[in-house]
Amino acid sequence: MTEKYEAVIIGGGVNGLGTAYHLGKKGFTDVLVLDKSYLGYGASGRNGGGIRQQWTSEDNIKLARESRKMFERLDDELEEDLEFYQGGYLVLSFHEEEAAEFKENVKLQNKLGVDSKFLSPEEAKEIVPELDISDVVAATFNQSDGTIYPFKVIHGYADRVREIGIDIKEHTEVTDIVTQGDEIKKVKTSEGNIKTDTVINAAGGWSSKVAEMAGAEIPNVPVRHEIMVTEPYKRFLDPMVISFEHGIYFSQSEHGNIVGGIGNPDEEPGLNQKGSLWFLKNFSDTLLDFIPRFSGVHMIRQWAGFYDTTPDAQPILGSVPEIERFYQVNGFSGHGFMVSPMVDKVTAELILGEQPSMDIERLRVERFEDMDLEEEGGVVG
Amino acid sequence: MTTVVCRCEDLTEEDIVEAIEEGYDELETLKRHLRLGMGPCQGKACLLLARRILRRETGKDVEEMKEPTARPPSRPVPFSLLASPDEGGEDDD
Repeated sequence: MTEKYEAVIIGGGVNGLGTAYHLGKKGFTDVLVLDKSYLGYGASGRNGGGIRQQWTSEDNIKLARESRKMFERLDDELEEDLEFYQGGYLVLSFHEEEAAEFKENVKLQNKLGVDSKFLSPEEAKEIVPELDISDVVAATFNQSDGTIYPFKVIHGYADRVREIGIDIKEHTEVTDIVTQGDEIKKVKTSEGNIKTDTVINAAGGWSSKVAEMAGAEIPNVPVRHEIMVTEPYKRFLDPMVISFEHGIYFSQSEHGNIVGGIGNPDEEPGLNQKGSLWFLKNFSDTLLDFIPRFSGVHMIRQWAGFYDTTPDAQPILGSVPEIERFYQVNGFSGHGFMVSPMVDKVTAELILGEQPSMDIERLRVERFEDMDLEEEGGVVG
Repeated sequence: MTTVVCRCEDLTEEDIVEAIEEGYDELETLKRHLRLGMGPCQGKACLLLARRILRRETGKDVEEMKEPTARPPSRPVPFSLLASPDEGGEDDD
């Protein structure tokens, strides 16, 4: 049986569902969301839930700033307690050179309306009294950053999207995207064919594979990142604490668990989602350097997901030159959740041919051909 | 009578039936929606019970139900045991 939809969204993560939500809000409901597994199987259900506006590139700062404002209203919109806790992000620096860059970052963030502050080590310790600041040189802090519970957001979006009348099919894998000339004709799946002329590629770590099916090229490469969670405790840690140099991030969720990860600089690209001993050891070592009092805290679970990475660590948005109506919402390089509200709103506007709320010209895939890249320097984990 | 299914996250049989009725009708989504099996015991008791409730409520074949992946470590482990011996500060005992 061949079904027909005006648009097919590939990927039931936060950006696929968020784009469906914004399309639906505008009355465009003849849409199908597909996921090869369950909703949130990819990075949307595997990330640390961080919502940060302290970025180094103008585009990311603006996307994150607008998204944070939208997250503040999302509980009411989705009628769901999303456990958004604005305890801030404390970014630590251990070298003078990096601290000097932090000063510049704060200037840019302030100019763009993000209220971040440059702090001394002692001021950082006031925010997290358990912190060992003996090697800390400086820090930045932004109170309106925070954390959210990713599954609540995913399930909240899914419920609203279904109510609006948009279809969601889980356990349905896309196997091919059939084109004729530069037009999309249909999407082939494990459960049958779907006629459509509009496809949104929100497939996270699998995005470059999906683009290839349509005959388009995007430079995304999936890289494994590991993460862990502890037993829940009464709140004692307010902000998310991160360090670019050590690649570590950790925060305490509204539920009470410490959630954190650390990046392995030697990680080979690929679709590997297994946990490693390297992670257990290195995360524990670094965490105890930061907060020695964590030594008796129990880790209960570790897992892994992908950063869908691009050469400049910035997302790929908008249509592609090769094919009409093939929209990209991918390449988030580890920060797709926190910018998703604004990204998804703009993507819906582009699909409907409306004037986008934010200029995303510099985030189109063409930038890799003909523009100087501005690399995002604020990636962690 | 109230039957507690997940002791770590304080979930009753009623909570689980309600979530199934809301559409969380597989173990993977049930787990993430309710935090079922995400506490200190990591689902050793509750996931089997939840599977039986799921079969009763949906008629799904248990054999076809995908089990959530068991994640390391299999029991709670303090960071002091995982870190290098020379790292970290005081012990919490």
